[in-house]
Amino acid sequence: MTQRINRRQFNQAAAGLAAAAAFAPFGIVRAQAAKLKVGVLLPRSGVQGFIGQSCQKGADLAPGVIKEMLGVDIELMNADTESNVDTARTRAERLIQEGAHVLVGPFDSGAAVAIAQVAEQRGVPFVINIAAAPPITKQGYKFVFRNFQTAIDIVRNGLDLIGDLFRASNVAPRTAVFMHVNDTFGQAMAKGIGAILPGRTQLPFKLVDTISYDPAAKDLTVEISKARASNPDFLLLVCRLNDAILLRREMVKQRWNPMGIISPGSPGMYEEQYFKTLGKLSEYSISNVPWYNPKAELTAVVEKAFLKQNPKDKLVFHALNVGFTFEAILIAADAFKRARSTEPKTLAEAIRQTNIAKKMMLGAPIKFSAEGQVEGIGSACVQNLGGIPTVVLPQDAATAKPVFPAPYYKKA
Amino acid sequence: MPWDLVLNVAIAGILTGLVYGLMALGLSVIFGVVRVVNFAHGEMMTIAMYAAVVLFAAFRLDPFLAVLPVAVAFFAFGYLLQAGLINPFITRPEHSQFMLLVAVAIVLVNGLLLAFGPDARNVLVDYQLESYAVGRILFDKARVFAAAMAVATSAALFAFFRFTRTGKAIRACADNYLGAKVVGLNVKRYYALTFGLGSACVAVAGCMMILLVDVTPSLGPAYTLLAFVIVIVGGLGSMGGALLGGVLIGLSEALAGVFIEPSAKSMFSFALLILVLLFRPQGLLGRKVS
Repeated sequence: MTQRINRRQFNQAAAGLAAAAAFAPFGIVRAQAAKLKVGVLLPRSGVQGFIGQSCQKGADLAPGVIKEMLGVDIELMNADTESNVDTARTRAERLIQEGAHVLVGPFDSGAAVAIAQVAEQRGVPFVINIAAAPPITKQGYKFVFRNFQTAIDIVRNGLDLIGDLFRASNVAPRTAVFMHVNDTFGQAMAKGIGAILPGRTQLPFKLVDTISYDPAAKDLTVEISKARASNPDFLLLVCRLNDAILLRREMVKQRWNPMGIISPGSPGMYEEQYFKTLGKLSEYSISNVPWYNPKAELTAVVEKAFLKQNPKDKLVFHALNVGFTFEAILIAADAFKRARSTEPKTLAEAIRQTNIAKKMMLGAPIKFSAEGQVEGIGSACVQNLGGIPTVVLPQDAATAKPVFPAPYYKKA
Repeated sequence: MPWDLVLNVAIAGILTGLVYGLMALGLSVIFGVVRVVNFAHGEMMTIAMYAAVVLFAAFRLDPFLAVLPVAVAFFAFGYLLQAGLINPFITRPEHSQFMLLVAVAIVLVNGLLLAFGPDARNVLVDYQLESYAVGRILFDKARVFAAAMAVATSAALFAFFRFTRTGKAIRACADNYLGAKVVGLNVKRYYALTFGLGSACVAVAGCMMILLVDVTPSLGPAYTLLAFVIVIVGGLGSMGGALLGGVLIGLSEALAGVFIEPSAKSMFSFALLILVLLFRPQGLLGRKVS
């Protein structure tokens, strides 16, 4: 005989279920996410397209490497910011709507500011791979984290490494001419150098001239003539790729052979195109930039994965871009593993508690300050030797000795 | 300011200005005869630069040797462009000519982008990084050779218009369209010939310019604007004026960079343009319009 359920019993059962749902831990009522969805925002087209594609290589190899390291499953959701700030904002919104648990990117400071605003408003963690503008982590944001040096740190580390280079080479140049590209980045670096250099009394040189130039200039004859005429011991250069190539060629044409060309922290001279275009002329140029530790265990692991995916390429030409992008995703995955949740506040808190010692980029372990900034990220003195950007300082990461002054140096 | 710095920069400016002048000469010749302002002029020079790059990459052909095949190809291109596309627009309002050639320019730029992408290309010949030294004065070899070619090409063009029957016939068409038709000259054919010659000039300028700067598709509009500045300063329709204008612009940019600010070089060529328009609107060597 079937027992019929009366209305009272039904209502009691329903109330009981509701109470269970209300009081049960979130992880039981809603199934725990099996994988972490990482929204990767990079400029894969437009003016910064080449660098964005370089960063993407770091993102592409991350799931495989992190699965082996941490046992965490990652799903990448890639979006192209098109080197445009408004596009970056729109794509970030869309990724969040499509279910990204964390955002990673975007190489450019302008885009980083825009995405940070979106991430903070929507309460989704955002781990910045590369962006140097200092104010990004000074806004009091709770969901924004940066594992990269600020522009001030880049300049400070870059200048300190110049001192280390001179000590290691037992050379004390007295004068330098400072040339810089006349765009937002170049002007910011120039300001930083102007503020920090006077306080660096241990550096033996003074600037005899400062020459800015148009980043789109096709001819830098006048600029190099002026620089050469000031008769400096070496060239301090803040540049980008194409202008670095033009400058080097013009130096050869004008028979200007200073002790060396040193960048206190800018792209260009360590990039593959610089080597390909200039050949032997690219030798001995020096860039003091955040870099990977060539002797770190994780670097070897990442390099193996990189070569598997890019058999015709070399990690060393993508060191900065691949390294920091990989580490940004590693941070997100490490936090996910500890938090065992994709709930945004929980994930953000877990990121804040990050402490990763086993990393590939130079510097202190990855630990975030209260502002969401990793402090103690190191720079390396990277010199072009044998057609490869080579770490020559700090000594514990160096794979060769610095060559300074350059063999082509001719005293005027 | 060291004297050798000023002299080195001035010499480089003059040599570059001669190549600019050759580029502008083509524009001046076309306008002087056909009375069409070629708003795709810079884009055509960019194509010539790419042609030199391709020939160098494929056959290791020095741009000096590439001048002949590229100039011949451009002569044919210019002839066909004028005969086939531009000719019907000669008697139409000027804004129609303007829109037509701007459209041609946009098609050319985007075609180059599709074909070559946005990255800069160049040639790398042995002498490109060498220089002659006379005391403390340096002469960039590639610049000297390019300037010499520009002067030689200009001289050949002058001689053609001055001493050959065809050249005189073209000048007749320019001076008196109706009179030329009355005496039986095939004016349309001479117009096409002139456009071909102007295009060949641009081709030579492009082959020389690739020795001095890297080429990207976006270079076209910048060189169109530069060509206009030069011919307006020198005098629209004046061949000598185009060369003089080129040298003045090259020199003013160079010296402005030395005495004021390198990153504001191009400001001074436009300042010179404003002065010429204010005080001598027909250009330095142009004929005053009564």
